[in-house]
Amino acid sequence: MDDAVSVRELVVDRGGRRVLHGITCGVPRGTVTGLLGPSGSGKTTLMRAVVGVQTVGSGAVDVLGRPAGSADLRRRVGYLTQAPSVYADLTVRENARYFAVLQGRGRAEADRAVNDVGLASAADQLVGTLSGGQRSRASLACALVGEPELVVLDEPTVGQDPVLRADLWARFHAMAANGTTLLVSSHVMDEAARCDRLLLIREGRLVADDTPAAVRAATGTDDLEEAFLRLIRDAEGEAR
Amino acid sequence: MNGRILAATTGRILRQLRHDRRTVALLVVVPSVLLTLVYFMYVDQPAPPGAPGTFDRVALIMLGFFPFIIMFLVTSIAMLRERTTGTLERLLTTPLGKLDLLFGYGIAFGLAGVLQSTVASIVAYRVFGLETAGSAWLVVLIAGVNAVLAVALGLFCSAFARTEFQAVQFMPVVVAPQLLLCGLFVPRDQMAGWLQAVSDALPLSYAVEALQEVGAHAEPTGTMWRDVAIVAGAAVAALVLAAATLRRRSG
Repeated sequence: MDDAVSVRELVVDRGGRRVLHGITCGVPRGTVTGLLGPSGSGKTTLMRAVVGVQTVGSGAVDVLGRPAGSADLRRRVGYLTQAPSVYADLTVRENARYFAVLQGRGRAEADRAVNDVGLASAADQLVGTLSGGQRSRASLACALVGEPELVVLDEPTVGQDPVLRADLWARFHAMAANGTTLLVSSHVMDEAARCDRLLLIREGRLVADDTPAAVRAATGTDDLEEAFLRLIRDAEGEAR
Repeated sequence: MNGRILAATTGRILRQLRHDRRTVALLVVVPSVLLTLVYFMYVDQPAPPGAPGTFDRVALIMLGFFPFIIMFLVTSIAMLRERTTGTLERLLTTPLGKLDLLFGYGIAFGLAGVLQSTVASIVAYRVFGLETAGSAWLVVLIAGVNAVLAVALGLFCSAFARTEFQAVQFMPVVVAPQLLLCGLFVPRDQMAGWLQAVSDALPLSYAVEALQEVGAHAEPTGTMWRDVAIVAGAAVAALVLAAATLRRRSG
């Protein structure tokens, strides 16, 4: 099976600093792939490169068989930025309906997307009056409203209560079961266990690209946080 | 451009404005308050024989100024917000075209400018007895075109502002020279040659000339239509320049 996203030797500089040092990885179709790493490791930059909004230094990013950023991908890729990018002076429903039209969808799809992120009861509230967690779910609804083939989500579960987080992850897996590919970033290791595959990056370099089970087996521990620590120490040991 | 996306974008911007009732109230009420001030400033000033009264002369031009100044500011801030909150980056990952967004702003705030100048014109004509030889509707039309020009300049200038403080500073840079040199304070043909040349290059000068034509002639004149076309052309040129500042990819 081919990959929905394939990244080859990707180098990105931002503000005169090298952020990604030649990353090569893939995201298989129909999976939930977790992009994990500490804050500042380059997760957002990698996601922006996949969505096609990042100026890249060298290397290639192919998305759904096309170079990232191609015009026809704009209907097929949904992107959730880390900071909620919705209009604070519109209601949740108005936001969802606007982004639905941009993706060639209608009101029914917009209302469904709002329900799917658990905001039905707040649909007619202005986004500016919502809590941080609700606001980021409003933003998520706008990323999912076009039913894209590839969904790139930058820290979608930050600030959500545990029940909602479980609901969101269940929804991500339901979407993957229907053939959608999801690339989801997080800096919380307990979310890593919920992914089909893991990409671990640290300081702009790929440390691991495997299933959670394989990462556990390779490092000889059941705790993914500990597993990542061992991987990082091994990588640094090799570098010395 | 895509008709559905353009219409949705225009609707979205108007909906944002509608949720902000205080802004709408200020937009509609402030010009009338300022016109009241101008009326009482000039009410006892004698006019030279044969010339229009000072209030008629000043108020007519002010009707064109209000939407120009206000829509420039409103647009600069609105577009800066799109950039700083990340909605612009998100929009540019969707099938929305750059011109859908820019024309959406042009139409939405252009309509807001027409609403503003309609209310201000009603007050000027009905309450303060403004007299123009030509139709009040032509005044509203020119004010509307002026609003679109201001939106286009605001969209373009917002690309050069990183913060709200900077965006607001573009008002004196872009708007003030046009106000000073448009012919309200010193008639254009009495200015030094080089000032006239600068004035000729500034679009607001043509809007003011068009308004003066409406003030002096019962029927729309060729000069007026030419001036309106120049202002509209400047607006389209600024929109195209603004489109060039929107980048789908950034560093």
